[in-house]
Amino acid sequence: MRIGIDVGGTNTDAVLLGDDDSVLAAVKSPTTSDVSSGITASLGALQDQRAFDPAGVKAVMIGTTHFINALVEARRLAPTAALRLGLPATAALPPMVDWPQRLVEAVSGRSYLAHGGHEFDGRTISELDPDELRRHAADMAAHGVRSVAITSVFSPVNTEFELRAAEVLAEELPDVAISLSHQIGRIGLLERENATIVNAALRELASDIVGGLFAAVAGAGIDAPIYLSQNDGTLMDVEHARRYPVSTFASGPTNSMRGAAVLSGVTTCAVVDVGGTTSDVGVLTRGFPREATTEVSVAGIRTNFRMPDVLSIGIGGGSLVRGAGSSATVGPDSVGYRLTERALVFGGDTLTATDIAVAAGRADIGDRARVAHLDKELVAAALARIAADVADAVDRMRTSSQPLPVVAVGGGSVLLPEHLPGSGEVLRPENFAVANAIGAAIAQVGGEVDRVFTIEPGRRGDVLEAARAEAVERAISNGAVPSSVEVLEIDEVPLPYLPGGATRIRVKAVGDLSLTARSSVDLREPLPVGSRA
Amino acid sequence: MSAATAPRQLREVGLAEVRAISRGAAVLGTGGGGDPHIGALMAAAAIRAYGPVALTPLAELPDDAVVLPVAMMGAPTVMVEKIPSADQVGRAVEALTRHLGLGVTHVACIEAGGVNSLVPVAAAAELGLPLVDGDGMGRAFPELQQVLLTLTGVRATPMSVVDEKGNCAVLDTVDNRWAERLARSVTIDMGCSAMISNYAMDGAAARRGLVPGTLSLAASLGDLLEPGAAGDDPAAAVAEHLGGRVLARAKVIDVERRTTTGFARGTAVLEGSGCDVGRTLTIDFQNENLLVRDRPADRDDDGERVIATAPDLICLLDTATGAAITTEQLRFGHRVSVIVAPCDPRWRSPEGLALAGPSAFGYPDDAVLLEGVSA
Repeated sequence: MRIGIDVGGTNTDAVLLGDDDSVLAAVKSPTTSDVSSGITASLGALQDQRAFDPAGVKAVMIGTTHFINALVEARRLAPTAALRLGLPATAALPPMVDWPQRLVEAVSGRSYLAHGGHEFDGRTISELDPDELRRHAADMAAHGVRSVAITSVFSPVNTEFELRAAEVLAEELPDVAISLSHQIGRIGLLERENATIVNAALRELASDIVGGLFAAVAGAGIDAPIYLSQNDGTLMDVEHARRYPVSTFASGPTNSMRGAAVLSGVTTCAVVDVGGTTSDVGVLTRGFPREATTEVSVAGIRTNFRMPDVLSIGIGGGSLVRGAGSSATVGPDSVGYRLTERALVFGGDTLTATDIAVAAGRADIGDRARVAHLDKELVAAALARIAADVADAVDRMRTSSQPLPVVAVGGGSVLLPEHLPGSGEVLRPENFAVANAIGAAIAQVGGEVDRVFTIEPGRRGDVLEAARAEAVERAISNGAVPSSVEVLEIDEVPLPYLPGGATRIRVKAVGDLSLTARSSVDLREPLPVGSRA
Repeated sequence: MSAATAPRQLREVGLAEVRAISRGAAVLGTGGGGDPHIGALMAAAAIRAYGPVALTPLAELPDDAVVLPVAMMGAPTVMVEKIPSADQVGRAVEALTRHLGLGVTHVACIEAGGVNSLVPVAAAAELGLPLVDGDGMGRAFPELQQVLLTLTGVRATPMSVVDEKGNCAVLDTVDNRWAERLARSVTIDMGCSAMISNYAMDGAAARRGLVPGTLSLAASLGDLLEPGAAGDDPAAAVAEHLGGRVLARAKVIDVERRTTTGFARGTAVLEGSGCDVGRTLTIDFQNENLLVRDRPADRDDDGERVIATAPDLICLLDTATGAAITTEQLRFGHRVSVIVAPCDPRWRSPEGLALAGPSAFGYPDDAVLLEGVSA
């Protein structure tokens, strides 16, 4: 048995899955401000719904929006220093130059520039200067810094300086948490550095939350490893989560999409999640969401986290319907959470998409008599509008001209027709209300390579093979069953205006989590707060 | 043309203008030129430190002005990782000034498309000098000699190439192609992102050889692309503003990229949509978009013809927002409007076409330029 829990902003959903992935129990309860009591309540509710032996639980997987919410609300952020290695390069734009002032203050952000850094081809920009680092460390200590983000120029090409600087800082500041940029982001110094600073600022909170998760799971008598969902849908062990809380930022939508795929039995598909105000469309390839290729702004900070590529359009159950007859329009404005007072079927005075669905007989919500008078032409036109807009969004998200099945989830999915123009049948899985918890419980781990390689003429095949092997090796060291590991994607982008075949290669390998052999870290041992990569 | 799109002559570049130029320069980058974002951050940081930059219209430039263009050379992909040092941009200008033994009076822009639209703003702010409202191309091109100044007889050298470490090379070459070749080698050794100053000229030569008003143009394009400013059809508004036209509304159905000699070469295949259903367009790019082929609905493969080429501006804009799409961002499913806009008339001369037409990029095709534009 496995337990999947998704801690959302409003609800905490939990499922108990059998070894054959069947849903044995599924519960929904309100999210609590302290993580542990909400988890305890969910585990209790599962036990109530279907009694199980805690000793039979092999793993607990948790997805949480706690960390991204902490950043958005600028609460419980640790006093953080950004240490950048690259002088004399990069001084034109110091760390946090593009941050909202409010968040700089929330992390008590301090910036330090030091020598170090590499060129694109691995040469050194300048040597690391340990004395300079010690002087910076003394200043950090004097200013009460409790977490440090280290970013070295081209660390995705060469990690050496970040690792060495971390050693120097750890000697000087043994109680300070250290985050390294090459573990977090990709090429693009400011964006990677921003993500690393955000990560550093969340380290103390991460430690508390992970401690709370341990306590809640142990309190339910479960002695099984705990994993957290990452943005890409793979799992990380709790020690990794302690060090890299940013890896959870987009786990909510990812788990929702992956759960929808499991429930529908279709792993390569578009998932349309129709909410009250928007419909979010994402694409899964073999069960994993496609990632956004552009920079992502989080709470006003430009970063290059790996986030799922989601297209939102302004169509939801609360969307306003306007116009008459065949010229009906739907959205993008919505009555939102006030649907139950403002929609016609609930006795309100506003014509919404939900009213249209009820009038068309696609849903039975509220008082059907209140929409009986609606013009049939208007109803048909509004539904056609919705179908066309959603079909268009799905079509935009496709990556090839191959047909792509559509899985619809969310309370507003009744708005969608049985067939979408250009896409075919719309699948509506049962149990979609707990799709996110099911998505969390999918037990897969990944390994990734993302670096700039120099490809000499005729050596392309060898370079790609080496990158593949490295990604597979990483997946195995993260706990994947070796025989289950497969390479999910290979992306090869020649870097423009660069000589010598410089090519950025990304390889992602994924395998099933080994639930018998523990991963490299023994998860039951308490871990020091400031432990480092 | 609505009031919002009326041409305006900027007299000063402050923080708001930097944002607008950044959006507009992405359009003038015709798919390449590097993301202006990092240039915008540098320009904004310099303006916050030193104050706004005065912009001098080309026509007001005195004959005896000493004008020094400044730009980044190398890979924009590197520049977003190895950000320049604090004084690197200014040092490029100072190094050339020292070598020339002349007092510089104005900074200029060599390439209005992409990241190099805003590097000179950072330099001008730092040095406390006015910036000329114009540039050497009226768009983006990959190589240093591909400027109108080559046609009007201005030498690229002496030129400075400076890195962030304090190294400075001053080149003196027999012609502008050699300047490209040697400066490229130096730039690669410097880690593929260097600051350069070249094409030193007096005010009279600048008036002859620069494209006037292109920074103002970039800013007005940027204003046009302010969300909500351009109405339902921002791409059409951009095309109109540039005196060009929309070639097609389409969806990207295939992007093929090839690994060759450090250039992002490739081909994008677009399927017409809306009133262009049935057409198939093929865009050839090498960093910038260079060639558009069209196969109308009722023709087979043999019916394909070239409908636009460099040096005219071929831009792919997001149909919904009008935002420029770079060749690196192109992917299946993108809804784009393909627009073509006329290049500066001087590019249309036989010499101009030899320097920046299809043959300069290795295509056998003749240049196909927008008609109804005076050469």
